Amino acid sequence: MKNKIARIIAACALLAPLTALAASGGVALDKVELRVANAESVQRGAKVFVNYCLSCHGASSMRYNRLTDLGLSEQQIKDNLMFATDKVGDPMRVAMQAKDGKAWFGATPPDLTLIARSRGADWLYTYLRSFYRDSSRPTGWNNAVFDKVGMPHVLWQLQGDLELRTVEGKAEAKGPVARSWETVEHVNGKDKITTHQLVLTKAGELTRLEDGKANMLDFDERMTDLTNYMVWMSEPAQVKRESIGYSVLLFLIFLLVPMTYILKREYWSDLH
Amino acid sequence: MTNQVDNSKRRFLTLATGAVGGVAVVGVATPFIASFFPSERAKAAGAPVEVDISKLEPGQKIDVEWRGKPVWVVNRTKEMVDSLAKIESKLTDPDSNGSDQPEYAKNKTRARADKANILVALGVCTHLGCSPTFRPDLAPADLGADWMGGFYCPCHGSKFDLAGRVYSGVPAPKNLDIPPYKYLNDAVLLVGEDK
Amino acid sequence: MSKLQALTNTVVNWVDDRFPVTASWKAHMSEYYAPKNFNFWYYFGSLALLVLVIQIVTGIFLTMNYKPDGSLIPGTNVSVAFNSVEYIMRDVAGGWIIRYMHSTGASMFFVVVYLHMFRGLVYGSYKQPRELIWIFGMLIFLCLMAEAFLGYLLPWGQMSFWGAQVIVNLFASIPVIGPDLSVWIRGDFVVSDATLNRFFALHVIAVPLVLLGLVVAHLVALHEVGSNNPDGVEIKKNKDPKTGIPLDGIPMHPYYTIKDIFGVAVFLVIFSYVVFFAPEMGGFFLEHPNFDPADPLKTPPHIAPVWYFTPYYAILRAIPSFLGTQVWGVIGMGAAVVIIAFLPWLDRSPVKSIRYRGKKFKTALVLFLISFIGLGILGAKAPTELRTILSQIFSVIYFGFFLAMPFYTKNDPGTEPVPARVTETNTSRQLAFLMYVGIAILGSFVFAKLV
Repeated sequence: MKNKIARIIAACALLAPLTALAASGGVALDKVELRVANAESVQRGAKVFVNYCLSCHGASSMRYNRLTDLGLSEQQIKDNLMFATDKVGDPMRVAMQAKDGKAWFGATPPDLTLIARSRGADWLYTYLRSFYRDSSRPTGWNNAVFDKVGMPHVLWQLQGDLELRTVEGKAEAKGPVARSWETVEHVNGKDKITTHQLVLTKAGELTRLEDGKANMLDFDERMTDLTNYMVWMSEPAQVKRESIGYSVLLFLIFLLVPMTYILKREYWSDLH
Repeated sequence: MTNQVDNSKRRFLTLATGAVGGVAVVGVATPFIASFFPSERAKAAGAPVEVDISKLEPGQKIDVEWRGKPVWVVNRTKEMVDSLAKIESKLTDPDSNGSDQPEYAKNKTRARADKANILVALGVCTHLGCSPTFRPDLAPADLGADWMGGFYCPCHGSKFDLAGRVYSGVPAPKNLDIPPYKYLNDAVLLVGEDK
Repeated sequence: MSKLQALTNTVVNWVDDRFPVTASWKAHMSEYYAPKNFNFWYYFGSLALLVLVIQIVTGIFLTMNYKPDGSLIPGTNVSVAFNSVEYIMRDVAGGWIIRYMHSTGASMFFVVVYLHMFRGLVYGSYKQPRELIWIFGMLIFLCLMAEAFLGYLLPWGQMSFWGAQVIVNLFASIPVIGPDLSVWIRGDFVVSDATLNRFFALHVIAVPLVLLGLVVAHLVALHEVGSNNPDGVEIKKNKDPKTGIPLDGIPMHPYYTIKDIFGVAVFLVIFSYVVFFAPEMGGFFLEHPNFDPADPLKTPPHIAPVWYFTPYYAILRAIPSFLGTQVWGVIGMGAAVVIIAFLPWLDRSPVKSIRYRGKKFKTALVLFLISFIGLGILGAKAPTELRTILSQIFSVIYFGFFLAMPFYTKNDPGTEPVPARVTETNTSRQLAFLMYVGIAILGSFVFAKLV
C-alpha cells in the first residue's frame, strides 16, 4: 500500500517536467532575495513605492488599509503613506488619467497591483537597477532590461548616474561597474560574446564611488525592499496562505490519510 | 467474507474517520461561509462618515448616508428639546429601555450630553424600514392639534417625537435606532464610530 | 428494535413506496458488484467526480462576485472583469481560497481525466460491451475542453484575451463560412465585451448542464454492463450458481466507497499542496501574462495555451498551410481529439488488458505515449525549426497509433493467455509500474531540457 501512495505522488510528478519549461530567455536577471514575510522590509518597500511609483502608476486593487497586515496601524498608514486620498479604505489610485499618461510617456504607465506576478520578482529587481543615461531617448534614460522604455529613471537621485558600456568578448570589470552581463550571438557558426557593463559615473544618495569602485549595496538593499513590497502587494494573502497550508497538509497527512487507510484495511480484511 | 468481523472495532473506526472527515468538511466550508460577510470594499464604503455641523441652523435637519442608510442630524431648538418632556405619556418607550442606542444616548433627549440639542438618528422606521418624514410643524391638520413636532412614517402611519421616540398606538414597536457617533471637535461630527 | 429504528424504517418505507431509494442504493451501491482487483488506476473515476463537485461549488461562489464586464474602469487600463477577479482575491473573505480551488481544480480535472482515459486505453475498457461508456466519456472530455476554454477568457487578462483571439480565429480558416463564423462566435469584430458575456453564460450554465447529463449517462451505462478490470476478464461470466453474484465481484459499498475515500484523502494532499503553496504551478496552472489586464493593442511575446491543450496545439502548429488555406492544422487538431472516440472500432484484438496483449500493441502504446507527452512539451514552447520537425514526427506517430491499429492489433498474440478469473497484483507488477513511471518522468525532463 505504501507503494500506492508513492505511485500517486509519482504520477503527479509527471507534471513536474512542465514546470521546468517555465523559465524564459532574455537578459540575464539578478536573483532577488525574497523575504515577503519580513514585515519591516516590506514596510520600507511600501514607503519607496508610495513616494516614487504612485505618482504615475496606480495599484488599483490595493487598499491602503491592507497595509495593516504588515503590522502598521491605520493611523500610521494615514500619517506616513497616504498622499493621494484621506480614506484609509481606498485603493492606491493614481491621480493621472490613463490617456494623459499615454500622451506624456508614449504609453500608459501600467497598473502595478499585479506586476510582480506577470513580470516576476527577479525581472523587477533587475529592471529597477538597470536604468542608464541615453541622450537619444526623449526622457534621457534607457533601460538595459526594457529597451526604449517610456519611463524615466525616477530613482536617479538615489542611484546616481549610470552609463552603458559594451565590450566585444569577455571583459574584466574595470572601474566603477555596478552590474555586468554577457550575451551570446551566433554569427557564422561561431559564438560571439559581448560584455555589457553599467558604469556608475556619479554617485547618488544610496551609492558611493570608493577608490574607483562602485558601492551599490545600499541601493540594491532598498530595491530588494521595494521588490518585496511589490511581490507582497501582488498577493497580500500569500503569507497567510502558506501558514494555513501547513496546518491543512499536517491535518491531511497525519490524520485523514492514515485514518481512511486504516478504515479501508479494516473493511478489506474481509476479503482475504 | 467468511472471517469473523469485529463490529465494535469497525464501528469505532468508522465513527473516528467520520469525525475527522467532519472536521475537514467544516474547514472547507469556512471560506465559503466567510465569503458571504461584507467584503473589504463594503467595509470601506461603510466606514465612519464625517459631517460638518457648523452650518446647521437650529430647527434644521440634514441627511447623511452611512452604510447605505439615511442618518438624520437635527439641530433641535430649545423649545423642541423642552417639548420632549410634555408628551412622554403618549409614548410607548419614553426611557428607551426596549430600544437600540449607545449607552450615552439612553436618556430623555437621546443624544450625547455635551450636545444634547443635536439628534443623530437612523432614519429608518422600526416597523418595516421606510424612511419617515421630518414634520417639525406644530399641530398640523393631518397629525392633530397636539402634535409637537417629530417624524411621521408615510408607509403605515407610525409617529415619532423629536427624539425619535415612538408614539403608542402605531405599528412601529420601538424607538428609532441611534447609530454610534462622536464629535471630533465643535464643528465636526463622526457618524459610525464612538471610540 | 428501538423507537428510533422503528421510526427510520417507517420513513424509509414511506419514501420507498413513492421513490426507489432503497432499490437505487442496492442497485448502484450495496449490491452493485465490482471486480475485486481494481488497482491504482481505478481511483481516477471517483476523483473526477470529486473535482467536478469542487468546480461546481467553487464556481457558484465565484459567480457571486465576478462581473463579466469588459469595459474599462474610468481613468485606468483595467477592466471591470479583471478587477472583479482581484476583488475576489483580496476583498472577499476567503475569496482567494475559493478562486485557487477553482483554478487548481481546472488543471487537476485534466490530470485526473487524462489518467482515467489512459486507464481505459491500457485495460481495453472501451471494448465491447463498453463502447457507449467510452463515447459518453469522450463527449465529457469535449465538454471539459470547451468548459476550460470558455472559463479561461473570464479573468480577462492578456492570455485570456489573446488565447481566445487565436482559437476563435481558427474557425476563420474554414473555407467559405469561416470569416462569418468567427464573427458570429465573437458577436463582434474583435474579442470584446459581447464575447465575454456569452462565454460567461456558456461557462456557468450551458456547458455544465450538458456535462452533468453526460456524467449521469456515463455512469448509467457503466452500471448497466459493469466495470472492466486490470485483467480484462468479464466477472459476470463466473457467477455463484446459488446467489447469482459474480465470484470475483465485491459490493461497491462498503469496499470501493471506502477505498475511494482513501484515494480522495491522498488526492486532497496534492490538491491542497498546489492551492496553498504553488497555485501558479510555475506558470502552468495560472500563466504569468494573465496577470496583465487584456490589451487589444498589444500581443504578449509568446502565446501558449494552458498545459492541457498543448498536445493539440502542437499538432495545430505542426501542420503547414497548403492549397492556399491553413484549415489543415485546424482539421488535424480536431481530428486528434475526435479520433480517440473511434478506439472501440479501431482495435481488432480480442484481448482487453495490456497484461495479455502482444508486443506490437505494447510497442505502439509506448510510441503513442512518447508522442503525446512530447507534443505536450513542444506545444508549450515557442516554435523553432527543430521543434516543428519533432512536432511533425510526433503527430505522425500520434495518428499512426490510431489509424494503423486495425492492422497491428489483428494478429498480435500475448505471451500468456487471458486467465478465466481475475488475478491479484504482485510485487513484480508494482515494481514494473514504478519503473515505467520513473522512465516517463525522467524522459520528459530530459526531453524538455534538450529541445
